[in-house]
Amino acid sequence: MKAKTSLSGIGGNLIAWGYALIILGPMIWILSNSFKRQIDILMGTTIAPFTLVNYQLIINSRQSHFLWNLWNSAVVSVISTLVVLVIATLAAFTVARLEPPRWVTFILLGWALVFHMLPTLTFVGSWYVMFTQAGLHGTYTALILAQVVQGLPMALFLMIGFVMNIPRELVQAARLDGCTYAQVFRHLIFPLSLGGMAAAGALSFISAWSDFAIALNLSNKDTMTAPVAIATFAQEHQILYGQMAAASMLSMIPALAFIMFGQRFVVRGLLAGAVK
Amino acid sequence: MAIRPIDAARIERANFWWRVGSLAPAIIVLALLSIWPVFNLGYLSLSDVKWVSGSAVVDFVGLRNFHELFTGEAVYWAGVRNTIVFAICAVTLQMIFGFTMALAVRRASKIGRSVLTAIFLLPIVIPPIVIGAMWRLLLGRDFGIVNALLSFLSLPEVDWLGDPRFALISVVIVDVWHWTPFVFLLTLAGLESLDQEVFEAAKLDVKNRWQELRYITIPLMMPTILITLAFRMILSFKVFDEVFLLTGGGPGTATEVINFSINRVFFAQDRVGMGSAMSLLTIFGVAVLIVLANTVVRRRRKQRETA
Repeated sequence: MKAKTSLSGIGGNLIAWGYALIILGPMIWILSNSFKRQIDILMGTTIAPFTLVNYQLIINSRQSHFLWNLWNSAVVSVISTLVVLVIATLAAFTVARLEPPRWVTFILLGWALVFHMLPTLTFVGSWYVMFTQAGLHGTYTALILAQVVQGLPMALFLMIGFVMNIPRELVQAARLDGCTYAQVFRHLIFPLSLGGMAAAGALSFISAWSDFAIALNLSNKDTMTAPVAIATFAQEHQILYGQMAAASMLSMIPALAFIMFGQRFVVRGLLAGAVK
Repeated sequence: MAIRPIDAARIERANFWWRVGSLAPAIIVLALLSIWPVFNLGYLSLSDVKWVSGSAVVDFVGLRNFHELFTGEAVYWAGVRNTIVFAICAVTLQMIFGFTMALAVRRASKIGRSVLTAIFLLPIVIPPIVIGAMWRLLLGRDFGIVNALLSFLSLPEVDWLGDPRFALISVVIVDVWHWTPFVFLLTLAGLESLDQEVFEAAKLDVKNRWQELRYITIPLMMPTILITLAFRMILSFKVFDEVFLLTGGGPGTATEVINFSINRVFFAQDRVGMGSAMSLLTIFGVAVLIVLANTVVRRRRKQRETA
């Protein structure tokens, strides 16, 4: 029995590592292409002379300001994530522990769930009209507002889950000591849900950083985010494959940083958000 | 510490406002930016909108947009068909591959588990537009490495993205690559949280691995499987970014998806009224699916609890 288990264990490992290779293959290919000249890419040369020209072109040429695009992405993602965290954590404590009227919770969470699953693009047109009429089209404000509402439902669900895990007795004890809800929140809930906020924040940042549908239509030349810029490399009459690859590599950096330094938060957020 | 009555009243009042104030931001954001837009879409869908120097000129046209949407707009309906085919094929494959892998890995040793998790997280956390760019490089007709591999194996080369027969298949392949790791991580977590005692107890009754899988593992995993299946399928109606870079909806309408029609009509053709009608119809359709899925999942959960 023991031997059999270890044998199937090896098989399982082989399958998993095989799939890992299937994931890594395309990554390595795009990485290597980002260091090739356009002509080598189009000729399908596997081993080509190493060049940094793609990175130089996207960072420092007249057509492309990719560092600026990355900065725009960072501004929008960081601010919207912070706003989402504040709103979601405040609401989560109340929903999870302070028993608001049933119908309020039902409508709030019910609609948040439906809205979370609806295609983003069904709302972008309406946002576009609203923001244009308010004179906000193309501004950071418009992009951030759209990202906030987009990220809020998931953060709300995650934070409610995490606050639920804080023992009810702790809150009751603090209440008996004469604490107001505000004090309970500041001294108890906030410090205890920092781990949950890290998970919710990681997911919220990743989704804002990755967004394409919103930024494509709500940003302008000055506020264009990295994903939209990547798409423009493919839209010229001639597709700039090398630059597209280089820009893709740069825009993957936050995701790689999350995986290396915050893996458990990302995993926790993904799993908690999915099973709910 | 004793609380004086006057303090108690003050605390009570502060607490009331805290409850209102803590929920207000969430409610205001959702109301203004997600509920109001739906009403806005309803109003716009009954109108003909023209942009005159940055402000919208709106003419009421009744149900004309909807009439046109149901009688003309073949592209939108091609998109609906493609999106449904895409969702069913892609998610079914993801479930099969992801769950099978989770079953295989469950008994595997934990060596390299965190490295493996890191690799499996990659497709989930990188921007989807990058995935589009990546596969564009892999599937290109003349220079893509996939065709290079095919010709190395002396198989015929395929125009993955330009041939209407293969374009949608290519999009499905990319999506399977993208989301199978997610299903894997989810079902693996589900498998590992199952009660081991059940398996120990059943050891006498089941003859082999297959029976264990058929009569114990799968029934126990059914809730996770169902939820993942239903929600991944609905979420795949969001597909847009990868297709944008891979095929742009083409060739013809081979990979046209709902979001493409909405995006084109709204922004490239400036037909705000029709775009709103499409958005509204899509919201309605997907919302019905969400409510249905929720009801099924909930009912099954209740059945299990009473059974």
